Amino acid sequence: MSPVDPDAAISVRGLVKRYGDRNAVDGLDLDIGRGEIFALLGPNGAGKTTTVEVLEGYRERDGGEVRVLGVDPARGGRRWKADLGIVLQSGAGDSQLTCLELLRAQAAYYPEPRDPAEVLELVGLSEKAGARGRTLSGGQRRRLDVALGIVGRPRLLFLDEPTTGFDPEARRQFWSLIRSLRDLGTTMLLTTHYLDEAEELADRVGVIAHGRLVEVAVPSELGGRGQAPAVVHWTEDGVRRTAETATPTAFVAELAARFPSEVPDLAVARPTLEDVYLRMIGEPRE
Amino acid sequence: MVTTVERPLPSVGSVCRTRAGVELKEFFRQRESVVFTLMFPVILLLVFGAVLDYDLGSGVSFTQYFMAGVIAAGILGASLQNMAINIATERSDGTLKGLAGTPMPKAAYFVGKVVQVFAVTLAIIVILLAIGALFYGVDLPSGSDWITFVWVAGLGSAACTLLGIAVSSLARNGRSASATVTPIALVLQFISGVFFQFSQVPTWLQTVAALFPLKWMAQGLRSVFLPDALAAQEPAGSWELGRVALVLGIWCVVGLVLCVRTFRWQDRIDR
Repeated sequence: MSPVDPDAAISVRGLVKRYGDRNAVDGLDLDIGRGEIFALLGPNGAGKTTTVEVLEGYRERDGGEVRVLGVDPARGGRRWKADLGIVLQSGAGDSQLTCLELLRAQAAYYPEPRDPAEVLELVGLSEKAGARGRTLSGGQRRRLDVALGIVGRPRLLFLDEPTTGFDPEARRQFWSLIRSLRDLGTTMLLTTHYLDEAEELADRVGVIAHGRLVEVAVPSELGGRGQAPAVVHWTEDGVRRTAETATPTAFVAELAARFPSEVPDLAVARPTLEDVYLRMIGEPRE
Repeated sequence: MVTTVERPLPSVGSVCRTRAGVELKEFFRQRESVVFTLMFPVILLLVFGAVLDYDLGSGVSFTQYFMAGVIAAGILGASLQNMAINIATERSDGTLKGLAGTPMPKAAYFVGKVVQVFAVTLAIIVILLAIGALFYGVDLPSGSDWITFVWVAGLGSAACTLLGIAVSSLARNGRSASATVTPIALVLQFISGVFFQFSQVPTWLQTVAALFPLKWMAQGLRSVFLPDALAAQEPAGSWELGRVALVLGIWCVVGLVLCVRTFRWQDRIDR
């Protein structure tokens, strides 16, 4: 494989991280382009968070080459960190400061911060500007975490399971926030358990299993999803029928010709991202 | 060719000011910490001042003696107990990890803590002195006693702040830090001459107390609040100010070394 690409937002070659005698990350390669939204999927314990925390500079690696915005995270200084935004899985702790005060303090660490009031507006917390951090609900707190992650105007934003605990509406609002950040040119590395979230937001998704990246693709083509046979369901003579076909259009046209009007209970499906994902990480789960 | 001019990073000084503001708000807005750290010595003074109102000889009241002890206990609470619990909490709830991921200069975090300890210590001392002078007829220090007061309080506070930061790394979380440090502090207060005269503490316990900074802070402060005639009641028959400085100085060095060696910005990774 080619050497690390210093111009990529993130470039990883042969990353190894050991805990005891187990390789939590076992020779992982990854390239994420500038401006891209990349979703990292994988079951718990596959090495997702470990990988991300090596990229963020929190953990030292045991092997491999890593460049994040052209810099080795093990040697990243203040200038490097000023270009990153990090939304940790654990989030921020309880605080006696108000949302606006927290954002102002955070902004003071960065050379070119966004306006804290505008950031609150962007994450939909304007009404909570004067509320103390500890009084927020779970979803509001997560939005505050995101606000703290973007107030420094990061070029690269890490989002570790950002929408855990969101209700469906809050998640849709969050998705539109992420899209508006993409429009501003922010590169994002997202880890998530929600496959619809990855499909909705990501330019590419990578599936990690046993410490390696088993596949990287655009969401619609992951696991050969684009070429996978379609499954057609319908009811004929009172019996539920199913057929797999590589040519669903022709198949349905043929069906339509057999029935005087509507084909009863007709449905055409492709394997969902979840189907292919579960097949890829496919290990017998106990 | 296009070159982008990068804006300079905020100065370390300006980030320190931001952190100081954050630390002061975090402390003074939290009812538990204000009551526990700030009001506890005040309540002790009110209770002991009212109950134990006897004469130690030379016309010196116990309250005058207790003033030195309760200020020393207040310093211990504001520095060692406060830092151990506060930083352990911030480590276990992810606050520290979050800060470590920002371009905040690491030193600014500690500067903020020092400002917090200083403000809380100053508040405790002012309140205790005011209550002592107004309600219990405690004689305030005069002349060069103030100089002794400042260096004993300053050096003791520095040693205990460093120790508190070091101890925070031993605890699993804020609650376990509190459960460990609070009883230890209470025991130290009993054997270090805070609640009653140090000369009444059994000799072997005096020896144990002499290993820790609280005894030396209290002794140094007694030299500030008591007439020199009472120095005869000290174990060495004098205030031993040189030894006070030495022991507190050693604890500063030990505390600093422990801090540097043990400080972690995140919970132990135990996988």
